[in-house]
Amino acid sequence: MTFASIGIMASCLIIMCSVALIAMNLEYNLDALMAENEFLAYVDENLTDEEGEELTGQIEAIDNVAEVHYITREEALDDYVGDLEDDSLYRDLPASVLRGRFSIRVNDIEQLQDTIEQVRQVEGVVKISAALDVADGFMTMRNVTVVIALLMVVVLVIVSLFIISNAIKLATSSREGEIAIMKMVGATNSFVRWPFVIEGILLGVGSALLAFLVQWGVYQLLVQAVNVYSHVQLINMIPFEQLRMPMLITFGGIGLIVGVLGSLITIRKFLRV
Amino acid sequence: MIQFTNVKKTYDSNLTEALHDISFVIEDGEFVFLVGPSGSGKSTILKLITAEERITSGGILVGDYDLATLKPRKIPYLRRTLGVVFQDFRLIENRTVRGNLEFVMRVVGSSNKTIRERIPYVLDLVGLSEKAECFPNELSGGEQQRVAIARALVNNPKTIIADEPTGNLDPERSYELMCLLEKINQLGTTMLVVTHERDLVNCFNKRVISIDNGRVISDMENGLYDYETI
Repeated sequence: MTFASIGIMASCLIIMCSVALIAMNLEYNLDALMAENEFLAYVDENLTDEEGEELTGQIEAIDNVAEVHYITREEALDDYVGDLEDDSLYRDLPASVLRGRFSIRVNDIEQLQDTIEQVRQVEGVVKISAALDVADGFMTMRNVTVVIALLMVVVLVIVSLFIISNAIKLATSSREGEIAIMKMVGATNSFVRWPFVIEGILLGVGSALLAFLVQWGVYQLLVQAVNVYSHVQLINMIPFEQLRMPMLITFGGIGLIVGVLGSLITIRKFLRV
Repeated sequence: MIQFTNVKKTYDSNLTEALHDISFVIEDGEFVFLVGPSGSGKSTILKLITAEERITSGGILVGDYDLATLKPRKIPYLRRTLGVVFQDFRLIENRTVRGNLEFVMRVVGSSNKTIRERIPYVLDLVGLSEKAECFPNELSGGEQQRVAIARALVNNPKTIIADEPTGNLDPERSYELMCLLEKINQLGTTMLVVTHERDLVNCFNKRVISIDNGRVISDMENGLYDYETI
């Protein structure tokens, strides 16, 4: 039963951790994608490129702005024409038909709307072009992932508690006679309790260690597979080295808490003699 | 000393009144038989003394403990003043005779020295020195019950409560066992023995408290098992 309990509980922890890891990696990739998210702020067409570029300092001073790059009219035209397959029509177009613009990257995509408003306030900026829908989409996706991961973790912690509690219940029922004798000769509750709490801790922490090792192996294999098949680096995975300590501490912590709680809950009814 | 004063006990589960206004006093060093038919309330009295059950009204004193107001965390300390012997022995099967005694001494935190000194003394007292390393299933019923008595005695309680201790023994072994309880009593331990065995009770000429329908129907020094005729 002990091995079965450790196996089942380790499985629970692995599922729990896998969900958390998927969520973390999704967030990691989304963050990377969101970091690419930038918006354009067009400057007044009456300003020269030099005058426009002078606004850089003001925009940089805004809180959430990570990076500001001024695109001159010439550069903007080159970009525009370069994207077209047949550029004969535009080849002689003067750069002055376009406005100078800032390409602005933000630190926190969730504050994008506020940042846009602040940039809009800068004198000389006349228009903003931002893909707010995309940013919203990313945030919704991230929030949904986090909520699902949290729900799964809660459910699996409860399942683990149940497993530990059952394992302890079996252990206690086989020693019910001993417990009754202990109580009858005057054992205090803590004296009766501690062997079972230690058993719970061993079960919990043992399962946590097993789960950690399995998770480590599987994750490394996944990282290798992703690196081999994802030549274009579409998906990036968080390196395990970054996860090792937090994961070990979390696994150990959950194992310990579930072990102690599971045994305490189970032993309680045997102490009512 | 065990003192019951107007004790009433009603079980919550079926609202049965198990004891009606019971009063008696057992002084230190006494040997008392508690007799009565099944369902008369004998077991309830024992459960109240060991604080397995709490009284509904009245008062019980066991030594220095007032059971009406006893806090749950004090119950273990009350029980350390009592030794209990059951009809079905309740020995731990995977421990030797010595192991069973050592187990209950460890429970109350006895030192290694005390354990080393006390176990041979108690085993000698119950006549089982030769069987110290035997497991319970290697012993006869009488021997197992003597181990149970040794276990009740090993923590040096003031009172031993024996619940039908001869219920599973033949008459000869029952008599020997009762002699052993009498010997322990003579060494100063108060003895409360619940029994059905009319012949034994009549043979030992001790104080007899008869219970029926949750009431004390007789309480006599040098009494007989005669509640049916009262």
